[in-house]
Amino acid sequence: MSLEKELFKKKNGNAAPLTPEPNLPDRHRRGQVWLLIFQAATVIGIIVLTALLLNIIDSAFGYVAYESKKDPAQFIVDGVPIEEQTQEQLVALLQAQLSSGAFNKLNNEKPFEERSRAEVYALVVERILKYDVIASWSLTDSLFRRAAIDAEVQELLVEHPRLELKFVSWLTADFISRPQSSEAVTAGVRTAIFGSLLTIIITILVAFPVGVGAAIYLEEYATDNWLNRVIQTNINNLAGVPSIIYGILGLAIFVRAMEKLTSGVLIGAADPTTATGRTVLSAGLTLGLLVLPVIIINSQEAIRAVPQSLRKAGYGLGATKWQTIWSHVLPNALPGILTGTILSVSRAIGETAPLVVVGASTAISFDPTFFSRFTTLPIQIYQWTSRPQDEWRHLAAAAIIVLLVMLLSLNASAILLRNRFARKY
Amino acid sequence: MADQPNGMGNHSSYPTKALSLKKRPRLAESLIQFLLFFAGFFSIFITLGIVYELGKEAWLFFRLPEVNLWDFLTGTQWQPHIGQFGVLPLATATLMTTAVAMLIAIPLGLAVALYLSEYATIKVRNTLKPILEILAGIPTIVYGFFALTFVTPILRSIFGRDVVEIYNTASAGLVMGVLILPLIASVSEDALNAVPRSLREAAYGLGATKLEVAVKVVFPAALSGISAAIILGISRAIGETMIVAVAAGAGPNFTFNPFKGAETMTGHIVRISGGDLSYDSIDYNSIFAIGLLLFFITLSLNIISQRIVRRFREVYE
Repeated sequence: MSLEKELFKKKNGNAAPLTPEPNLPDRHRRGQVWLLIFQAATVIGIIVLTALLLNIIDSAFGYVAYESKKDPAQFIVDGVPIEEQTQEQLVALLQAQLSSGAFNKLNNEKPFEERSRAEVYALVVERILKYDVIASWSLTDSLFRRAAIDAEVQELLVEHPRLELKFVSWLTADFISRPQSSEAVTAGVRTAIFGSLLTIIITILVAFPVGVGAAIYLEEYATDNWLNRVIQTNINNLAGVPSIIYGILGLAIFVRAMEKLTSGVLIGAADPTTATGRTVLSAGLTLGLLVLPVIIINSQEAIRAVPQSLRKAGYGLGATKWQTIWSHVLPNALPGILTGTILSVSRAIGETAPLVVVGASTAISFDPTFFSRFTTLPIQIYQWTSRPQDEWRHLAAAAIIVLLVMLLSLNASAILLRNRFARKY
Repeated sequence: MADQPNGMGNHSSYPTKALSLKKRPRLAESLIQFLLFFAGFFSIFITLGIVYELGKEAWLFFRLPEVNLWDFLTGTQWQPHIGQFGVLPLATATLMTTAVAMLIAIPLGLAVALYLSEYATIKVRNTLKPILEILAGIPTIVYGFFALTFVTPILRSIFGRDVVEIYNTASAGLVMGVLILPLIASVSEDALNAVPRSLREAAYGLGATKLEVAVKVVFPAALSGISAAIILGISRAIGETMIVAVAAGAGPNFTFNPFKGAETMTGHIVRISGGDLSYDSIDYNSIFAIGLLLFFITLSLNIISQRIVRRFREVYE
């Protein structure tokens, strides 16, 4: 640059430059370089998002080598392999192989006559054959390193003679409909999905009426005095409190202080000797507190967007304040309120930390009720991710896909709602 | 409302009785207003509940013979089984993950914000913004999975397996940076967009290039909003839980090496409360003490961020 300036001086003497600054090309070049940098930063975000999604898909499919604890060949009856046996034969097999205590326990949970053949077969696989995952590979390995996998399998065959290699999708219809299990091969997310849904129902029941009510108060009734300013500031601050703090609050208040209510003992829904406050109800209430500030803020924006002229028209016709709000303001604000609520609820569905603190369990194999111990999809993903064995990571990836599809459909419905009912004034 | 005519009941007495312009008391209206006020006031109870519960249990914690406030704030060991309750190892781990996260999120977030507000055409903006919203909407546990199964193996293959532990704060921090990027980008972009067009036009008129307008004129004008965005991002990073719980490691570790595992404050709370925690145990009380510290840090950051926006907002006509 200094060189250019000197050249410039030589050419023009010491006169002030009348032409554009000499380093203009330089400045433009710098502009180009920085534009590239800005664009690169944006592209990085997209790349990471792609990598994140691909990584999940990569883990959710691939080759698995597994081996049954017992040889299925030994259970062939009259030349019929175990896969093709009738329900009665399978039940008889269970009775013969399991201890009578274990068999009766299964029968008490749900009588064998009421179970479908598929359910009984799943029990046979889980309780008798007991498939163990010996090794598993990611999708990329399965596609591009097939030879290496075969070599590894040859080595494994020495120790595990009944080893079977199979290309599986960890995400199957069975995976969604099966309850949680301690075996990777038979584990599913059914209980977790039900847990998530029940929790969210409570969350909405609590947070939606209170949140919308608070928003109406702040937008329509509140005058500018110190109390209302405190309420507004407080809501803004609550929206920034880390979710784990809400978990601690829920632990102290819902799980512990209100144990009688949240465990269901008070209304006789649970056995007082074993019941704890670590229930679906506690979890839902905790998440309700968590999303409340967000719902209030979103609803406030929606109510604020309703033009003043509508209110004036209502008053002009002699309607009272509440009549105006109920029949004019709310119907017009509703699409915005619902969109905001759906978005905050989808945030609540993905919440993990507060529920871990409130006391989610994982080993739940029954469909939860409002007063039972619970697990949710994110909790299940957390637990599976934390386990060191590869097969649980694959299951976690499959569960993530279920969770993301759930969130995606919620968000899509929010967008549809917004586009369908959005009015322009 | 006040000047409504009276109802049907008075019709017969009209015109002998003067029209009453007094506001009639309406019980149902007042009741509704009270209920709505209560809904609004409810949020105050949440804050009071947080402060009261955290304060009460933390008070019980600090009253224990083996704990005192000074050692809690300055001790470098957190080992409940030998009665060591120094929060510094947890705090430094939080500091490490937050620092790494901000190292990613601030430059990238600001670059994205500048690009979106100053350079991008409407069409590009309309495709990029939803992508950023998706990034912000993915549950943090999914980011945790990503950190552990994707970023950590990459770090280990770059820097060597003996250098980088399986659980490390660098990987958690990097991914957390990506999580916070959209937050910083969108809040900063709002600030940049609020800068009036006249400032840009004036700068162009003086012969500035696009970059000079963006960096030397618009950026400083939006600085208050941008710093608020950054502080908000820091607060979010400190409170972030699942990424560090999955990827940063279990067990307090007083270290400034980002490739070593260390447990953050949030990670510790999650691990301790993961099992069936018995009430009135020292562990139970300790998570409230850590929670209280966390609450105050994030609350003050949020308040500072709001103050900055309010006080230093440049007012343009």
